[in-house]
Amino acid sequence: MTSSSDLATDLFKSAVKGERRSLGKLLTAIERGGDQAEIIAGLAHQVSGNTHVVGITGAPGSGKSTLTGRLLKLFSEAGDKLAVLAVDPSSPLTGGAILGDRIRMDDLAGEESFIRSMATRGHSGGLALAVPAAIQLFDAVGYEPVIIETVGVGQVEVDVAGAADTTVVVVTPGMGDAVQANKAGLLEVADIFVVNKSDRPGASDARRDLELMLDLGHVSGLEQMTGYRPPIIMANSLDGTGADEVLDAIKSHAEYLRNSGKIHIRRKERLVMEIQNRIELLVESTASGILKSELGASSITKVLDRKISPAEAAKSIVGSIISSE
Amino acid sequence: MGTEENQELNAREEWEKEYQKASLRDSNFETMSGVPVEPVYGDDLFPGQYPYTRGIYPSMYRSRLWTMRMFAGFGTAEDTNLRFKELLRNGGTGLSTAFDMPTLMGRDSDSEWSLGEVGRAGVAVDTLSDMEDLFADIDLSQVSTSMTINGPAATLLAMYVAVAEQTGVEPHQLAGTIQNDILKEYQAQKEYIYPPRPSMRIVTDMVKYTTAEMPKWHPISISGYHIREAGSTAAQELAFTLANGFSYVEAAIAAGQNVNEFGKRLSFFFNSHSDFFEEIGKFRAARRIWARWMKERYGATDEKAMLCRFHTQTAGVSLTAQQPEINIARVGIQALAAALGGTQSLHTDSFDEALALPTEDAARIALRTQQIVAHETGVVNVADPLGGSPYVEWMTDEMERQAEAIFAHLDDLGNGSILEGTFNGIENGYFVGEIADAAYRFEREVNSGRRIIVGVNEFTDGDNPEDRNLLRIGAETEEYQLKRLNDVKTKRNQEHVNSALSEITAVASDPTRNLMPAIIAAVKTYATEEEIANAMEVVFGTYVEKAIV
Amino acid sequence: MGDHQQRVILAKLGLDGHDRGIKVVARILRDAGMEVIYLGLRQTTASIIAAAEEEDADAIGLSMHNAGHLTLGPKMAEALSAAGLDIPLIIGGIVPDEDVEELMNAGIAAVLGPGASAEEVVATVQDAISARDKA
Repeated sequence: MTSSSDLATDLFKSAVKGERRSLGKLLTAIERGGDQAEIIAGLAHQVSGNTHVVGITGAPGSGKSTLTGRLLKLFSEAGDKLAVLAVDPSSPLTGGAILGDRIRMDDLAGEESFIRSMATRGHSGGLALAVPAAIQLFDAVGYEPVIIETVGVGQVEVDVAGAADTTVVVVTPGMGDAVQANKAGLLEVADIFVVNKSDRPGASDARRDLELMLDLGHVSGLEQMTGYRPPIIMANSLDGTGADEVLDAIKSHAEYLRNSGKIHIRRKERLVMEIQNRIELLVESTASGILKSELGASSITKVLDRKISPAEAAKSIVGSIISSE
Repeated sequence: MGTEENQELNAREEWEKEYQKASLRDSNFETMSGVPVEPVYGDDLFPGQYPYTRGIYPSMYRSRLWTMRMFAGFGTAEDTNLRFKELLRNGGTGLSTAFDMPTLMGRDSDSEWSLGEVGRAGVAVDTLSDMEDLFADIDLSQVSTSMTINGPAATLLAMYVAVAEQTGVEPHQLAGTIQNDILKEYQAQKEYIYPPRPSMRIVTDMVKYTTAEMPKWHPISISGYHIREAGSTAAQELAFTLANGFSYVEAAIAAGQNVNEFGKRLSFFFNSHSDFFEEIGKFRAARRIWARWMKERYGATDEKAMLCRFHTQTAGVSLTAQQPEINIARVGIQALAAALGGTQSLHTDSFDEALALPTEDAARIALRTQQIVAHETGVVNVADPLGGSPYVEWMTDEMERQAEAIFAHLDDLGNGSILEGTFNGIENGYFVGEIADAAYRFEREVNSGRRIIVGVNEFTDGDNPEDRNLLRIGAETEEYQLKRLNDVKTKRNQEHVNSALSEITAVASDPTRNLMPAIIAAVKTYATEEEIANAMEVVFGTYVEKAIV
Repeated sequence: MGDHQQRVILAKLGLDGHDRGIKVVARILRDAGMEVIYLGLRQTTASIIAAAEEEDADAIGLSMHNAGHLTLGPKMAEALSAAGLDIPLIIGGIVPDEDVEELMNAGIAAVLGPGASAEEVVATVQDAISARDKA
C-alpha cells in the first residue's frame, strides 16, 4: 500500500514537472481503478479546478474527431497547451477496442498538447469515475483547456460529455440527425451546436430543425432561466470552415459562465455527480460483497423460504452497511 | 419466331461481316489433334457486339494475342533500363514501369521520409535526368509504355513527354497508359498526396491535355487491382472500379469534354484471383455494365467509347510465402481465367513475390506461364469459349446484380451523381470499411480452416526456407541515387526552377487553367518531383485518412 | 498483472501504404480483448514515440511490406531505446525468414511473417508483453 502510494506520488510529481510518460502511466492507473486510482485522483483534486473542460459529442461519423483536430490546431496556434481525452466504445463481446481518433488529430496538435485514447471498457461505472479523474489530472499538471470527445450514443457517453463546462454537440445533415440527437438526450446538454458537413444537402434543414427544437423548449426552460441560447454553427471539418466560429463560441460560452457565475454551479454539479457516482459504486460493490457473505446468504435463504420479501432483505442489508460505517 | 430467327441470323451475319474484315494471326486454329474449331460458338450474342459481354473484338485473340506486359522496375533508372531491354528481347511487347515508394508519394530520394525505400519496390525517379536514363536507347515512338503512378502522375507524364521530345518524338506519337486513378488511392492503395477534390482536378487537366495532344495515350487506367488486393470481394472490385470510372466520366463531362472522345481512351485494370468462374463472370460483367452505362447514362454514341478494355494482373495477395514454388500453379490458373475473361493485356506475378521483389528468374517463369496459356492451351482459338455455360452466364449476371446494388447506393449517397457519391463514400469511410470487413471475413475463414489455402493451413509439408534465392537491393542504390540527385541539383539553373515552380502554384490557384503545360515546363528545368508536388500542395493541402479499421 | 488491460499501438512507419494486414491484425487483437491504438499510415519514429508515451502502450506493432524492414525496423528500435522506452516492438509483414535474426539482434521483440494465424498474432503480442513485464 505504501509502495503503491509512493509510486503514485512520484509519478504525479514528475508529471507536474512535464514528464509526459509519467502522465501516461498515471492515466493508465486511473483507468484501471482501485486504490492507486483513488490516490492519484486525490492528489490531482487538491490542485485542480482551474481548467476549462470542453465536451465534444455526436453520432458516429459526424466528423467529431476531425472537428476536434481543427480545434486542436487553433488552440495550439494560440499558444494553448491542451489535452484531449478521446473516448470510444469497447466491444461488448470481447472487451477489446480499436481506438483510432488520434489519426486526424496528431498532425494538427502542437507539440505541447497531449492526446489520450480511452475505451469505455464495458462497465459504465468505471468510465464515470475515470473520466473526471483524468480531467482533474490534466488540470493538475497544467493542461488548459481539456477536451473530452465521446460518441454520443449511450447514456454514459452523454453524461460524460454533458459534465463538461462547455458541451459541443455535432450533428450532420440528413437522416434526421438532429431528431436522433434529441432522442439521445444530447440537446439538453448542448451549449453549442455544430452542423457539420454544411455543404451537404439538408444542412439548412438540420439547422432549422435545431432552431425549432430550441424554440419548442427542449432546452428553453434552461434558456428562460439563464438567458443563454446555444448558438448553431455551420461547419465543414474537412476544409476547416466554421472551426474558428466554434472556437469563438467556446470562448464566449466560457466567458458567459465566468461572468454569470454559472461556472461555479457547473463545477459543483460535476463534483456532486462524481461523489454520487462514487457512492453508487461503493454501495454496489459493498452490496454485492454482502450478498456473498454469511449475512447475505441467510437473507437469501429467508427470501427463498418466503419468510421475508426481497425488498425487506434489501433494506436490512443496506441498514447493515450504514450501521457498520 | 420467324423474326427472332431473322434477328439471330442478323447478329451472326453482322458478326461474320466484321470477322471477315479482321486480319488474323498465322495459325491453323485447330486443336492439338488437328480438329478445326470455329472462331466463336453460340447463336445469340457475338463478340464485338454490344454490350460486349463476349469480348470487345469480333475475332478476339485470333487477330492478336493479349499484350504480355510485365511490370518491372527496381533500383536505379539504369538498372530498370537494362531490365526493359531484356524484356523486349524476350518477346515482351510493352513496357511497364514500377516506381519506388518515394516516387509514388511525390517525395524525393533525399527526403527523410524516403529512408530505406529508395529504389526498393520500384525505380527511383526524382528528376527528368532519371527519366532520361530509364528510357535510354529505347525508341519511344515504337513501344507502348505503362506507368503505374497516381498522386504525382502529372509530373511523371510531363517527364515522359520531355524525354520523348529530346529524341525528336512528338507527344502525338506516344502510346501508352498512365494509371492516374486517384480515387482508388483513397479507397485502397493509399498513395495520395492531396484531398480528393483537388486531385480530381489534376486528373481532369490530364484528360484534357492528352485528348488534345496525345491521342494514343490512355490518361487513366481505372484500377480495381488494388481494391482487390486490399481485401475486397470480386463484386466489390468490379463495382468500386466501374463506379470510379463513372466518376471520371462525370468529371470530364462537367469539364466540357466529349464523352465519345475521352471515352475511347479510358482503360481498366483488374485482378485475376483464384476463384476461376467468379473471375470470368466478373470480367464478362465488367464489359456489359460499362457499355450499358456509357451508352444509356452518359450518352456515348461511338461504340469505341463503350468498350471496357482492360489489363489484368494475377493476384499478388494470393501468393504464399510458404512453399512459394506452388505459386506458379496459382498464377497459371489465374492467367487462364484472365484469358478466358477476354483481357487485352496481362501481367503474371512471380512466384517469389510474397517474400521479396521478384528475381529475374522468377519474372521469366511468370512470363513463360502466360506464354503457355497463349500458345499451348488452345484457349485463344475461340472467343469467349465459356459463354453460354449456364453457370458462367449465371455468375456474370450475379456479378452484375451485386455491382448494380452498389451503384445504387453510391448514386443515393451522391443525390444522383456517382462522382459525388464516391467523394462522400471516401469521406465517410464507406469504401475502406467495406474492404476491411471483407478482408477480415476472409482471414477468419482461413483461420478457422473453413477455407483452405494450400501450404498455409493445410498440406504444409515441404516448405524449405533455406533454398530461397531472393532479390536483395542493397543500400548502395540509395547512396547512388542521392548522389545523382545532388549532382542534378547543383548543375541546374535554380532561378529557372524557382520561377517554374511559382508558375505551378499560380496555375494551381486558378481552376480555369490547365496544370500540364506548367508542369512540363518545370520538369525541363530539372525541378524535382517533390518540389513540383509541394508547389501544388501549398494550394491543395494534404489528406489524412480517418481510422476505419 | 493478469487483469491488466493490454494496450497496443499499431502503425505504418514511413511511406508504405499497404494496410490490409495491419487492419486485420487490429481486429484480431481487439477480438482477443486488447485495446488497439491505431495510428494508421505515414507515421514517423517521433510520432510513434509520442503516442506510445501518451497512451502508455504495452507494445508497438509495425507493419512493413516494402522491403524497408531492415532499415526502418532497427531505426524504430533505436529511437525507442534513445527515448528510454522499454516497450516491445513487433514487426509484421513481408519479412524473409533470413532477416529475422538481424531484426532480433537490432532489438525487435518478435517478427510475424505472412500467413501467421490469429492465434500466433495474439500469442506473439502477449508473449512480448509478458517477457517485458518479467524483465
